[in-house]
Amino acid sequence: MNAALYLAQRLSAMVLAFAVTAHLATILYAVRGGLTAGEILARTRHNDAFLFLYVVFVVAVAVHAPIGLRNVINEWTPWRGPLVDRALVGFGGLLFGLGLLAVMAVYQP
Amino acid sequence: MLSVEVWRGTDRGRFQTFAVPRRVNQTVLDVVSEIQREQDPTLSYRFACRVGMCGSCAMVVNGRPRWTCRTRVSESASAKGALRLEPLRNFTVVKDLTVEMTQFFDKWRDAHGHFEPGGAPAQDFAVVEPASPQRQAADAAIECIGCGICYSACEVVAWNKDYLGPAALNRAWTLVNDVRDAARDARLDAVTGEAGCQACHTHMSCTTFCPKGLAPTYSIAGLKRTFLLRAVSRAWGGGR
Repeated sequence: MNAALYLAQRLSAMVLAFAVTAHLATILYAVRGGLTAGEILARTRHNDAFLFLYVVFVVAVAVHAPIGLRNVINEWTPWRGPLVDRALVGFGGLLFGLGLLAVMAVYQP
Repeated sequence: MLSVEVWRGTDRGRFQTFAVPRRVNQTVLDVVSEIQREQDPTLSYRFACRVGMCGSCAMVVNGRPRWTCRTRVSESASAKGALRLEPLRNFTVVKDLTVEMTQFFDKWRDAHGHFEPGGAPAQDFAVVEPASPQRQAADAAIECIGCGICYSACEVVAWNKDYLGPAALNRAWTLVNDVRDAARDARLDAVTGEAGCQACHTHMSCTTFCPKGLAPTYSIAGLKRTFLLRAVSRAWGGGR
């Protein structure tokens, strides 16, 4: 892995460690409290803290996952080079777009 | 009697089975030597010191890379008294149990694994405190005998032929900690990248199998840490 990707993956992992913990804690809170979908949406709608956390989460995933996938592809298959890298940039973009759509769906339903 | 399967050929070949008498305190190298001297003089293998100093007799014994001169049959043979001897993995096989080490040592060179005195050699002896953290870090990694066992055990080498490997990176780490050395930055650059320390997955196979009890994994982790600290330092405008 080149140095820039290594740094990006480590930094995004640090962000993910925090974001995943907050995400799981939120899920546990919502489920254990017996909240309905409507009650959950009422809490997430126009909640800027929620928006900030999940946008950061989505960005970290969009950075982290393609780099990890690139390592797996480079090590386990003969595919490598700029074409694979471009495809993975596209994959990161896809994760970012889909993630942002999901976040906005509960922030601004 | 021991039933000994020995790899014959190059990268393509087959196992040949020999029967060798069990002896007291017999090492795996004793077994190979006995086969070569008593049964088949065409068997190729490599050894020199026979006392665990030169690192030339490494082979894969029953699936594990080991230094055969210091590996007793009693600790490595199967319960039925069977041995399977193969050349080291991740190397090109020259013949039978002998492998081509050139690429392995070329990577030491590529990792800048040599001392760099700098343009103006020191005028006096450098004082290196034995208890200093850098000396301690170098001490922990310095006893490598270049046997290639870590390189043979490393999965990352198997996946990425360009990966410098545990031994070369371990050597680079000892020099990064050498306060007299003048090529720290160049060395860190050499061990950074797709083939460098960042490619290590910390599987720890090198550390598990190193016959000298070294921990190349920690050396590689040290290189990653030093690289990170340098990157952070540069990002803050602190230069080195």
